[in-house]
Amino acid sequence: MAMPEPPFDDLYREVILDHAKKPRNRGRLADRTQHAEGMNPVCGDEIALDLRVAGDRIADIAFEGQGCSISQSSASMLTERLKGTTIDEAARVAASFKAMLIAGATPAPELGDLEALHGVAKFAVRVKCALLCWNVLQEGLEQARRQLARGGT
Amino acid sequence: MKMSTRMALLDVERIREDFPILSQQVNGRPLVYLDNAATTQKPRQVIDALVRYYETSNANIHRGIHTLAVRATEQYEAVRGKAARHIGANNERDIVFTRNATESINLVARAWGDANIGEGDEIVLTLMEHHSNIVPWQLLARRKGAVVRYAGITPGGYLDMDSLREAVGPRTKMVSVVHASNVLGTINPIAEVAEIAHAVGALVLVDGAQSAPHLPLDVTELDCDFFAFSSHKMLGPTGVGVLWAREGLLDTMDPFLGGGEMISLVRPDHSTWADVPHKFEAGTPNIAGVIAFGAALDYLRDIGMSDVRAHEAAITAYAMDALKDVPGLSLHGPTDVRDRGGAVSFAIDGIHPHDVSTIVDGYGVAIRAGHHCAQLLMRCLNVPATSRASFYIYNSQAEVDVLVEALKQAVEVFSRGDARTAV
Repeated sequence: MAMPEPPFDDLYREVILDHAKKPRNRGRLADRTQHAEGMNPVCGDEIALDLRVAGDRIADIAFEGQGCSISQSSASMLTERLKGTTIDEAARVAASFKAMLIAGATPAPELGDLEALHGVAKFAVRVKCALLCWNVLQEGLEQARRQLARGGT
Repeated sequence: MKMSTRMALLDVERIREDFPILSQQVNGRPLVYLDNAATTQKPRQVIDALVRYYETSNANIHRGIHTLAVRATEQYEAVRGKAARHIGANNERDIVFTRNATESINLVARAWGDANIGEGDEIVLTLMEHHSNIVPWQLLARRKGAVVRYAGITPGGYLDMDSLREAVGPRTKMVSVVHASNVLGTINPIAEVAEIAHAVGALVLVDGAQSAPHLPLDVTELDCDFFAFSSHKMLGPTGVGVLWAREGLLDTMDPFLGGGEMISLVRPDHSTWADVPHKFEAGTPNIAGVIAFGAALDYLRDIGMSDVRAHEAAITAYAMDALKDVPGLSLHGPTDVRDRGGAVSFAIDGIHPHDVSTIVDGYGVAIRAGHHCAQLLMRCLNVPATSRASFYIYNSQAEVDVLVEALKQAVEVFSRGDARTAV
C-alpha cells in the first residue's frame, strides 16, 4: 500500500544542506566592531555574530555556532546575503525573512537564496531554529546604530 | 551480582488493543510511538477509570460525611497500598502523593533538607541526573550554604563508583541518585550506592522516574531512604507523583506545603499537623488522577513487572543490534542489556538530532531529540544533544524496523548535499 512520501524536499533543500555542511563566513573577525550572540535554551543551538561596520555599511560579517542544519545554514546564508549591505538594508532583509517564516509571507525578492528556507514555515517547531541568527543580528544592528548615533567609525 | 536478564516478548498485538491512541496515523503512516521515557500512552482501563470517577464518584476526599465523599476517599486511599506494593514497600503510610517525581524530590529537599542540612554540609549527586534531581539540591545548598558534589561517569556510560566513593565524605548528608538514566539507559547499583552513603550516615534518595515503570522493584533490597516516581511514565495520568520514605522518616519531617488536608488543629497563632502521610498532602489533591493511577498499577501488576522487564530487554537488545545498520550511527550508554533499560540514545555522524527527529516524524515515528533535561550529562558526553528512542510494553520489533528505515532515510536526505558538493 502506497504511503505518502514525507515532504522533506521543502525543508531540506540542497542549498540548505550545502550551507549546513560547508558554512560560509564561519569564524571570528579580528577587527570586529560589533559582537552579539544568542541561544535557544530548548534545543541548545548557539549562534555568535561578528560584524565590522564601516560608516553605515556591514563591511564584513562572520558567525560561529553549533546546532541543527536549519540554524547553521540560516546563519551561513545570512552572512552571505548581508556582507556589504547597509545597516538599513540588512534590517529590511531581516524583516522580510521574519515575515516569510512567521507570517507565511511570499518570499520577497530581496531575500535571494534565503528563499530556500521558506519551507521551514511548515514545520512550526523548527521556525525558531531558522530565526535564531536573525534575532542575534538584530542586536548587532542595534549596537551598530548606537555607534553611528555617537558618531563612531 | 550480575544476573542473567530474561528476554521474552509480550503479546504486543493484544496489549495494543487497550491503547486507543496507538491506532492512529501520523503524517499518513501508522504512529510508531518511541518517546516513552518522556511519557507513556494510557490504556483504556486508565482512561475509563478517570471517566468513571467523574461520572459516579466525584467528591472532595476526607472530612466528607456524605456517600460520595466516602466513596471517593476510599478509592483514593486504596491506591496508596497499590503504589507501595509496586515498589515492594509494605506500609502504605509511607506513601505520599505529589504532582510528579520532581515535586517528590523538592518535598524532600525542603521538608527534610531544611532541617538536616547546614552550612558546609555536602549533597552528592551524579553527572547523569535529570535536572529534577539537581536543581532542588542546588536551591537547598544556596539556602543553607551547603555544597553539591558530583560523582562522574565512566566512558562506557556507567556510574563511576570510585568517583562516588571519593565524593562521599564525613560531611555528606544526602546522596541523591537516579535509578535508571533517561539518556543512557544505565541502571545504577543502588544497593552499593546506599552502602557507601550509609557508611558515613548519609541518606539516599532514588529518582525512580525511569525505573518504576520498567523494573521489578523492592525498596528493601535497594536499601534507599526515599524513592520518587511518577504516574505518567507508567501508563497513568499526568499530575500524579509518589514519594516513598523509609518507615519513620516522614514522622521526623516538617510539612512541605501548608493548607487544608494537612492539619489537625488550626489556632490563630499555631497549628498542629495531620498524621503522615496526609501531613504532606496540602490542598485538594489530584483525586481523579490518583484513582486512575491505581488502574495503571493494576494493569502493570496483571502483566507482571518481570514480564515487562523481559519484553523491554528483548526489544532493547533487538534495537541496539538493528540500529547498527544505520550508516554513521553510534550508541551512547551501556551495550550490555542486563545493565540498562529501554531508553536508547544515539548520534548519527553529520546530522543534528533535531534534524533526525524531524525526518523520522515524517515517517510517523516519535522519538525525542535534545538535552533530555540532562545538560550536565550532555557536557560529559561532549554533545549538545542526542536522539533517543525509548520503548515500552506496546512496542514491537516491527516498529524498531520502521525506526531503522526512517533513520536510513535521514542519512539519505543528508547525503544529497554531498552529491551536490561533489559536482
